[in-house]
Amino acid sequence: MKKHAISLLVENQFGALSRISGLFSARGYNIESLSVAPSSDPTVSRMTIVTSGDDRVVEQIGKQLNKLIDVIKVWNVSDYDSIGRELILVRVFAGDHSQDEIIRAGQAFGAKVVDVSEKSLAFEMMGDSQEVENFLNLLKTFGIKELIRSGTLAMIKEGNK
Amino acid sequence: MEKFGAEILVDALINEGVEVMFGYPGGVVLPIFDVLYDSPIKFILTRHEQGAAHAAEGFARATGKVGVCLATSGPGATNLVTGLADAHMDSVPIVAITGQVPTGLIGGDAFQEADAVGITRSITKHNYLIKDIRDIPRVVKEAFYIAGTGRPGPVLIDVPKDVSTARAKPEKVDRVELRGYRPVLEGNKKQIRRAAEAILQSNRPVIYGGGGIIISGGSAELRRLSESHKIPVTLTLMGLGGFPGTHPYFMGMLGMHGTWAANRAIKDCDLLIAIGARFDDRVTGKLDEFAPHAKIIHIDIDPSSIAKNVPVDLPIVGDVKTVLGQLLKELEGLSQPNPKPREKWLAEISGWEKEHPLRYEKSKKLIKPQYVIEKIYELTKGDAVITTEVGQNQMWTAQYYKFDRPRTLITSGGLGTMGFGFPAAIGAQLGKSDSLVVDIAGDGSIQMNIQELATAVQYRIPVKIAILNNRYLGMVRQWQELFYNKRYSNTCIKCQPNFKKLAEAYGAKGYTVTDPAEVVPVLKEAFGNDQPCLMDFQVDPEENVLPIIPPGKGVYDTILAPPPKRKKKSSR
Repeated sequence: MKKHAISLLVENQFGALSRISGLFSARGYNIESLSVAPSSDPTVSRMTIVTSGDDRVVEQIGKQLNKLIDVIKVWNVSDYDSIGRELILVRVFAGDHSQDEIIRAGQAFGAKVVDVSEKSLAFEMMGDSQEVENFLNLLKTFGIKELIRSGTLAMIKEGNK
Repeated sequence: MEKFGAEILVDALINEGVEVMFGYPGGVVLPIFDVLYDSPIKFILTRHEQGAAHAAEGFARATGKVGVCLATSGPGATNLVTGLADAHMDSVPIVAITGQVPTGLIGGDAFQEADAVGITRSITKHNYLIKDIRDIPRVVKEAFYIAGTGRPGPVLIDVPKDVSTARAKPEKVDRVELRGYRPVLEGNKKQIRRAAEAILQSNRPVIYGGGGIIISGGSAELRRLSESHKIPVTLTLMGLGGFPGTHPYFMGMLGMHGTWAANRAIKDCDLLIAIGARFDDRVTGKLDEFAPHAKIIHIDIDPSSIAKNVPVDLPIVGDVKTVLGQLLKELEGLSQPNPKPREKWLAEISGWEKEHPLRYEKSKKLIKPQYVIEKIYELTKGDAVITTEVGQNQMWTAQYYKFDRPRTLITSGGLGTMGFGFPAAIGAQLGKSDSLVVDIAGDGSIQMNIQELATAVQYRIPVKIAILNNRYLGMVRQWQELFYNKRYSNTCIKCQPNFKKLAEAYGAKGYTVTDPAEVVPVLKEAFGNDQPCLMDFQVDPEENVLPIIPPGKGVYDTILAPPPKRKKKSSR
């Protein structure tokens, strides 16, 4: 099933997030990631939800979200030419490999070292979903100790809306 | 001038035109009840908050206005839940106000605390927790607007006690500004054009209408569309009354307990015009056998209803009445096709009507439930407001009472709430004081809100209850008979009160009827009486609702009523 990034503008009010997450659970839709923070207008929050489902389900998700009074606008970003980014913080074991080797691997993906200890090394890395996946696959050879992902943020390219 | 929050709240309700409210007091709503004590709003004290919610629904559905109910925090709020869920499923505009513990105590498991907003989030169109007294006028204005416009629904307002007792100068709010809520009323012109062309090209069209026709007030437009283009009509349970039940183009209800003709017509039609309906599973049965040869036009104000269950060829989002008006205008401008195929189609449908009409075996010994409903119809000449409970009583009502006008049938369609009909009748009677209001009930359902007899007696609300008493939870028993090998697990409710005496104990009029010959005299007496009356019709216990399409099956799997037994011809 194809992944879809849905971008929403919602009223920045208590309860809005639970209405949206509640809708997904009540109707059996699946949430892969969800990120939310105030937009440039402090009364409005921007939310990006990554979900999966066939076309009919994703169409229903858009319609059901639109029905919520707190939801101002909905885009299925995956229908447009768009930019998707995710930030990750990842800690790998540094016991069996030299730290240099690990740091070189990170450099190849533009990752920044944010924490170093004898036994582990932590990176901050940002990229689109493919780059993040590739980086994580590479780090698996060292052993991932801890992984924290922001969830995808998505923006439609100018002139495409 | 500064006012208490409770005063600001009640003023805001009066400002919305509220004349009647249903509810039940409690600790944290004392400030609101204190203001109601000398307000012009007529307050109906029900005997259970669920009764208040259904009464508000009945009022709303009988009048088209927003119904209002009020309950306290905790158990008061949770007792409203079934009514809110019911209103949400059936698009009924109600505003429910609940008290909440003081804001400082929220989250601390205070006495009678429940997260009303959290609990009702998925069963309301929208809900509010008012944390600031200054928000009261705006929230009330928005609540009524949201409840009553677009696809209507319930809105809950949770009011903490300290907000009711705070003081502030009320702000005047005249307008609602909701950037996330702008219902579309007019249909897209190109789509209307396409729909008009599809209608003219069709040889075997069917209109499948739902509750949206009644909510939008589009019955007259629907009738014009049907008559001027010779299009037969079938209605859902929620749509009954949206097109005259006595009209020659009316095929009866469709779906699980629909008529053979309506369901056959759906199977064979080449164009299905779905209007204000939502392709519920009780309507469609097996999805791939539902209108398999038809192009589908779907008119609905709720975009999420369109293509939810069934793919649609021609969606039109908009208000039913407005869109039908546009469509009629568009059709006027186009040249009319040859009427011959339509006449042939109508003749084919009458053939199906004659082949398998609705029928039941008459009896002189046993009261047949269908007979009671036929007599209620004949005696009221269709000029009553009928509410029902849920189950067999509801389906027989839908089949045997001919609803000619909108808002004359008030029934729990989507949620299927037993115990709905009686409190809904009380609410309907408050809204329609001149109408005869009859709740057609089952002996199971009526016991779910029987305590409202006290409400009816206290306020002299002259509703009539006709219990079709078969001493079973009849619809479930019927399914056990048909699909569970007659294993009647927990559906026999022979232990029951003497309903006549129970009514009398409450101060209402009660009747027990066991003889078919007594049905009409008792109905006549009760309908002529100005008291609340309860009639216990002890009916044939194992009568089934037929036809029935078993769940998940198609029209050819219909279980039909057996053909009438032929009287033996005398031998020569």
